[in-house]
Amino acid sequence: MQFLLLIYENESIIANRDEQSQAQVIQAYAEYTKNIKDSGNYVGGDALEPVATATSVRIRGGERTITDGPFAETAEQLGGYYMVEAANLDEAIELAAGIPAAKTGCIEVRPVMVWN
Amino acid sequence: MRLTQRDLQLAEDAAAEAYALAIQRWPTEGVPARPGAWLTTVARNRILDRHRRERTARDKAPAVAQLAELSAQERSERDDPESAPAYPDERLALIFTCCHPALGTEAQVALTLRTLGGLSTVEIARAFLVPDATMAQRLVRAKKKIQRAGIPYAVPTPEQLPERLRGVLRVVYLIFNEGYRATSGDALLRRELCGEAIRLAAVTRRLLPDTPEVVGLWALLRLHHARRDTRVDAAGDLVLLEDQDRTRWHHGEIAEAAAALEAAMRLRAPGPYQLQAAIAALHATARAPEDTDWPQIVGLYTLLMRLEPSPIVRLNRAAAIAMARGPHFGLDAGLRELDAIEADGSLTRYHLLHAARADLLRRKGVLDGAAKAYARALELVSNAAERRYLERRLRALEN
Repeated sequence: MQFLLLIYENESIIANRDEQSQAQVIQAYAEYTKNIKDSGNYVGGDALEPVATATSVRIRGGERTITDGPFAETAEQLGGYYMVEAANLDEAIELAAGIPAAKTGCIEVRPVMVWN
Repeated sequence: MRLTQRDLQLAEDAAAEAYALAIQRWPTEGVPARPGAWLTTVARNRILDRHRRERTARDKAPAVAQLAELSAQERSERDDPESAPAYPDERLALIFTCCHPALGTEAQVALTLRTLGGLSTVEIARAFLVPDATMAQRLVRAKKKIQRAGIPYAVPTPEQLPERLRGVLRVVYLIFNEGYRATSGDALLRRELCGEAIRLAAVTRRLLPDTPEVVGLWALLRLHHARRDTRVDAAGDLVLLEDQDRTRWHHGEIAEAAAALEAAMRLRAPGPYQLQAAIAALHATARAPEDTDWPQIVGLYTLLMRLEPSPIVRLNRAAAIAMARGPHFGLDAGLRELDAIEADGSLTRYHLLHAARADLLRRKGVLDGAAKAYARALELVSNAAERRYLERRLRALEN
């Protein structure tokens, strides 16, 4: 099965990191990504620019509205994702628990819908 | 649900194959001792073979089909719950699937009762005082989540086992408490819930032998349940432990649970269920209320506080301290503990804090203080049986 691991974190915490701890976080992600590539679980993954850069698009009654900001204001923001291959939810949970942000934010695990 | 259709077809094919094999073999090899179980095994193996052949990386876990199959089989075994399980590993896997933390607590409880306890949806709905449709929907949603989220149908890895086992034990404990609580509702059904919880604990105990906390939970439930005939009087009112007719306790069950608990505690891996069971055992094995080993109960509550610090445990400990140190010093020590708990603030709206204070003051002879505390408890109590009990106490004081 494929799972999308959505990484939610409080952006203000990220913004307030000093250079040294920022380097440690980047290092931790690099190691994590290498590990799940080596284990064959990795399908894809990216970090996202902060929600300040987000734009939301809606069409209502044929009318298109473009607004500044994310879909919803939340205490923690979507900051990145991994797409992984895992045998089942338990394996996906283990993979999610390995993401550095699990210690400070929250990882949402979502199975990818299979069309058959 | 697309997969159900497919799995149903698979199940029908497998059953047909099993019957074909039976017709071929039974005349020459003889009819097996449990023909039904034999057919289920063959059909199940066919399904598993098929799944194994078909399984690709994208294949979904066949948990839902197996849930249905196993629950049918569970029901047929229900009459003889103490018999060796036909498929121990699968039943164990099923318990962990039903109690997976990715399911909500209510869903875990309902699913466990439905598939392992073999209760009908209507019975579960009545037990939890929700409409049938609500419970049916809860079960459907839970099964869908198992299928779609890829909740595995497997015993957790050794690393995950302790954490996941805690979840299973919690579900069993919740089921028992639902039955044990003296709320309104169908008394027979409530007793049946307690019975189901004990049966589930017994099954888990057989599947994971020598796991101290599993034995602890089983013993705890058995010890509580052994007093089932004396907890409520003919009018449906609560009877306090010290007022219960101890000759009507089920002493055989108590002895059995106490012995199992002792063996488990010798493995030296204490846990909250073992400690609570040990406390229950001291109560259950005392011949009379005044024979209760209160000092040891205080010690056990102190250990429990260390493992699971909670204001409720502290409250129980305070009551035990009052009893342990005798009528003179004990009551004051107990009251001092209650003051400390109240100062802590978390239980000020908990009726049993005030009921405990009322009880100690009453024993001490401070009647107006006791009456005030009973009145405060009455303001906060919600359970009807407990309310009647407190009202009785208050009236007795006023006379």
